[in-house]
Amino acid sequence: MPLARLVPELAVLLAAIVVILSASLLPRRQQGFCALLAALGLVVAAAAAGLQLGWPAALGFSGTWAIDRVTVWAKLIILGGTLLVLLMSPEWLRRDPRHGEYYAVLLFATVGALMMAGAADTMELVIGVLLSSTTGYTLAAYHRGDDLSVEAGMKFFLVGALANALLLIGVVWLFGLAGSTEYAVIKEAVGSGQPDTAWLVAATFVVIGLCFKLGAVPAHTWMPDAAQGAPVPAAGYLTVVPKVGAAVALARLGQVLGGELAGWSGLIATLAVLSMTLGNLAALRQTDVRRLLGWSSVSQSGYLLVAVAMIGRSGQALPALIVFLAGYAAANLAAFAVVARLRGRADLQDYRGLARARPWSMLVLTIALLSLLGIPPLVGFAGKLLLMLAAVDGGLSWLAVAVVLNSVISLFYYARVIGPMYFEPPPPRVAVLGPWAQTAMLLAGALTVGLGFGVDGLLRGLAGAVLLP
Amino acid sequence: MLSATIWVPLIGAVLLAAWRDASPRGLRIAAVLIASIPLVLLVVAWVRFDAAADAPLFQLVEELRWISTLGVAWRLGVDGIALAVASVSALVFVAAVAYPPPNSASDEGRLRHYYAWLLFLDGISLGVFLALDLLLFYVFFDLSLVGMYFLIGRFGHGEDARRAALKFFIYTLGGSLAMLLGIIGLVLATDPLTFDMRTLIAAQPLSGGGTYAGLVLLGLILGLGIKTPIVPFHTWLPPAHVDAPGPASAILAGVLLKMGTYGLVRLPFSMLRETFAHYALPLAIVAVVSIVYGALVAWGQTNLKRRIAYTSVNHMGYVVLGIAAAAGLSGQASARAVALTGATFEMVAHALITGALFLIAGAFWQRGGEYELRAYGGLARRAPRLTGLTVLAAFASLGLPGLAGFVAEFQVFAGAFAVYPWLAAIALLGILITAALFLQMLQLLFFGELPARWSGFADLGWSETLVLCGLLLLVVVLGVYPGWALTVIGATATRLVAG
Repeated sequence: MPLARLVPELAVLLAAIVVILSASLLPRRQQGFCALLAALGLVVAAAAAGLQLGWPAALGFSGTWAIDRVTVWAKLIILGGTLLVLLMSPEWLRRDPRHGEYYAVLLFATVGALMMAGAADTMELVIGVLLSSTTGYTLAAYHRGDDLSVEAGMKFFLVGALANALLLIGVVWLFGLAGSTEYAVIKEAVGSGQPDTAWLVAATFVVIGLCFKLGAVPAHTWMPDAAQGAPVPAAGYLTVVPKVGAAVALARLGQVLGGELAGWSGLIATLAVLSMTLGNLAALRQTDVRRLLGWSSVSQSGYLLVAVAMIGRSGQALPALIVFLAGYAAANLAAFAVVARLRGRADLQDYRGLARARPWSMLVLTIALLSLLGIPPLVGFAGKLLLMLAAVDGGLSWLAVAVVLNSVISLFYYARVIGPMYFEPPPPRVAVLGPWAQTAMLLAGALTVGLGFGVDGLLRGLAGAVLLP
Repeated sequence: MLSATIWVPLIGAVLLAAWRDASPRGLRIAAVLIASIPLVLLVVAWVRFDAAADAPLFQLVEELRWISTLGVAWRLGVDGIALAVASVSALVFVAAVAYPPPNSASDEGRLRHYYAWLLFLDGISLGVFLALDLLLFYVFFDLSLVGMYFLIGRFGHGEDARRAALKFFIYTLGGSLAMLLGIIGLVLATDPLTFDMRTLIAAQPLSGGGTYAGLVLLGLILGLGIKTPIVPFHTWLPPAHVDAPGPASAILAGVLLKMGTYGLVRLPFSMLRETFAHYALPLAIVAVVSIVYGALVAWGQTNLKRRIAYTSVNHMGYVVLGIAAAAGLSGQASARAVALTGATFEMVAHALITGALFLIAGAFWQRGGEYELRAYGGLARRAPRLTGLTVLAAFASLGLPGLAGFVAEFQVFAGAFAVYPWLAAIALLGILITAALFLQMLQLLFFGELPARWSGFADLGWSETLVLCGLLLLVVVLGVYPGWALTVIGATATRLVAG
C-alpha cells in the first residue's frame, strides 16, 4: 500500500493534531501531558522509519517522494533530535500559558523537516520549506513577553520571507527550463539544450532558499538571533532539525543538477568556505554563550556544505553527510541541553568555575564543544574526517584545507567557553532545571561519545546507500 | 598485553577522578601504582621482543575491529624504536606521578584531578607510540593535546598559564590537523582503503613522487614538526614550559615532544621513503638551524625553565638531523642506520635527562617561586643533593662521555658526517654552546654568595631524590653500557633504512 510509505510523516502529523486538541481541552496544570502525546507520536514515527531502512530505494507518489537509506537515516536523525528537544522542553515552558500548543508547533515543524528530506519534487520541497519556516518563526518568538525572543522571531521572519520568495522564483525558473517539477524529469533535462547559465541561475535561487533553512551564507543572519533569543529548547531545535532536512534536500538537488552542471560544485564549495569562515570569525568575539553557539552553527553549516559539494564527485560524500549530521545534531543539542539545564545561563562570564559546582553539566558541555571542534574519538571527529576524506578524494583538497584552518580558528572560541569553566574558582550557587532536562543533556552527551566509538555501525548501515533520484 | 598498557592508566584516571574522600597520600600511592603497571608490562614486552634479523618488524601485535568500512582497526604493536620510546615514556610518567604535586594542586578536589589527568595522559601517550593504525595514532596524538591543555591550564602557575595552555593547544591542533590532511592524502592512495601502518609501509603508496606526494609529505612534516618542535614552529614551547607545573613540563619535554620525532620516523620516513629521501637535505638544514638557534637562544635566557626549554629545541634538532641523515640518498646504509639508531637513542636520553631537569626546575619553583637564575646562588652548601643531581643532569644534557646523551649524540654525528658532513660540522657548534650555557647555569645557581632570602632553602626531600636518582641512574647505565638498548633499536633501524 503506497500510504505505508508515509507512516512516519503521518504519525507525526496525527500526533500534532491530537496535541492541539488536547492542549485546548486540558487544564493549564496538565498541559505537560501534551509532551507525552508528542513523544508517543515521534516514537511511532521513528519505529516506522526504522522499518523503512530495509526497503529498496524507490520513488513513490508519482515520483515526488523518495525513500532510500540516506533519506531514512536523515529522518531518524530528525525524529531523534526532536525527541531530545521534547525532553528539555516541559520544565522550561512550565509556566507558559500556551505550554501545550508548543508541542504541536514543534511537531508541525518536524513534518516540514521530514518533507524537506524526502521531497523528490520541487513543489513538495517548497511545501516542506514553508511549513518548516512558518512554524520556525513561531518557535523563535514563543516567549511573547521577552524582547529578545520577539526580535529573534521578527528577524527570522524577515530573512525567511525574502529567502522563501527567492526559493519560489528558483523553482518556477527550473520548471520553465525542465517543464516539470519532478526531480527525475529535471535530471534528464539538465545539460540538454538550455544554456548552463540559465540552469545555474535557477539553481542559485533554490540554493539560497535552502541556505536559509541551513543557516548558511548568504541567508544565515537569523541564526545567531534565534539561538540567543528563542526559548532554549526551541533554539536547539532551530539550529539542528531544519538543518538536517535542508541538508538532505540540498544534497538531493546536487544529485539532480550537480552531475551535468559545471558550476554546481564551485557554487556550493564557495558557500561552504564563506559560511565556515564567517561563522567562525563572528563567533570569536561573542560574550553570550547562546549567540556563540548560533554562530558556531553557521560555521558547522559550512562544513556540512563541503559534503554536499562532493556529492557525485566522491563515494565518501553521502556517508560523510549523514555521519556529520548525526554528530552535529547530538553535539549541538547536548550543548543547548546544558544551557537549558542551567536555566538559560547566557553570559560567558557566568560559566567561570562551573566545573566544580556542576561537574556533569560541564562535562557534557565540554564533550559537546570538543565534538563540534572535531576532537577524536567523539562523533564530530568522524564527521569531519569523512568530509575531509571526501574533499581530497573528490579532487577539491583546498576545501579540506579550509576546513582545517577553520577548525583551528574555532578552537579559540570553544576554548573560551571550556577553559574558564575548569580554570576559575566556582560561583556560589547555580540554579538548574529538573530531571527531564538533565536526562536530555546526559542522553545527548552519551550519544556524542557513543556515536563516535560506534560510527562503524552507522557507516555499515550506509554502505552502498544511494540518494534518489 | 599492549592494550592493557593503554587501558590501565585510562581506567585508573577515571577511578581516581571519582575517588572522593581520598587522602593526598593515598591518591599519590594509588597513582604511582597504576602508572607502574604499564612500565612493568613494557619491560615484559622488552624481554619478549625478538631482535633477530628474520623476526617480524612489528611484534606483539594486537588487532581488534573498529571502523571496518574505512579500514580502521584497533591495531597495536611494537618495533625496536617504538618499544624504546614507549618504555622511556612510561618511566617518565612514573617519575612525574611520584614527584611531589605542585602547590597549585594542593586542595583535595584538585589533587584528584591532577593525578587523573596525569594518568589519562599516560595512557594516551603510550597509545601514540604503540599504535599500528594511522587513525588510531591520530586519535591518541590529538587527545594528548587535550590532556596537556588541561594540565597546563589548571595546574600551571600564574595568570599566563591559561594563555600558554591555549597557545599550546592552538599551535599543536593546527599541526595535528595538517598531519591529518597528510594522512588522508596518503591513505586515499590505497585501495581498498586502509589505515594499517604495516600495509602502508609495505606498499609505499605514493612512491611515484610528484607534487601530490610532496604535498602529503609537507602536511605530515608540518604537523609533526610543530609538535617536535623544529624552528620556526617552536614559539609555543617556552611559554607552555614556563607556566606548566614541573611534572607536567617533564612530560611535555620527555614524552610529548617525542611524538613529533617518533611520528617522523613512523610516518613519512617509513611510508613515503622516496619522497622523504628527496626532501631530506632541506629537513637536515632546518634541523641544524634548530640546533644552533636553540642553543644560542637558550644561552640568552635568564629564566631557568626557559633555558631548559630552549635546550629541548636544540636536542630535538639532533634527533631530526639523525632522521634526515638516515633518509639521505648519498650515505651508506650502515651509516644511515647508525644515524637513525642515534636519533632514537637521543629521544630516550633526552626524555630521561630533560625530564629530570624539568623536575629539578619544579623543585626550585616549589621552594622559591622563582625561575630567575640570577635570583639564586651559592646553593651548593645549602642543598648538596639538589646540587649533585642537577650537576649530573646538566652534564648528561651537554653530552659528557659516559652518560646517555653522549652515546646518542655520538651516533647521530657519526651517521650525519657520513651523509651531510658540512651540516654535521656546523651542528657541532650546538654542542659547544650547550656546554657553555649549562656550565654558566650551574655556576649561577649553586656557586657564589648565597642570597639572604634563601638561608632557609630546603634540600630535596626523599621522594624527589629517589625519583631523580632513578631517572639519572638509567642515564648513567645507558651511558656506560648502552649495548642492550642499541641492539634492539639498531635491529629495527637497519631494517627501516634498508626498506
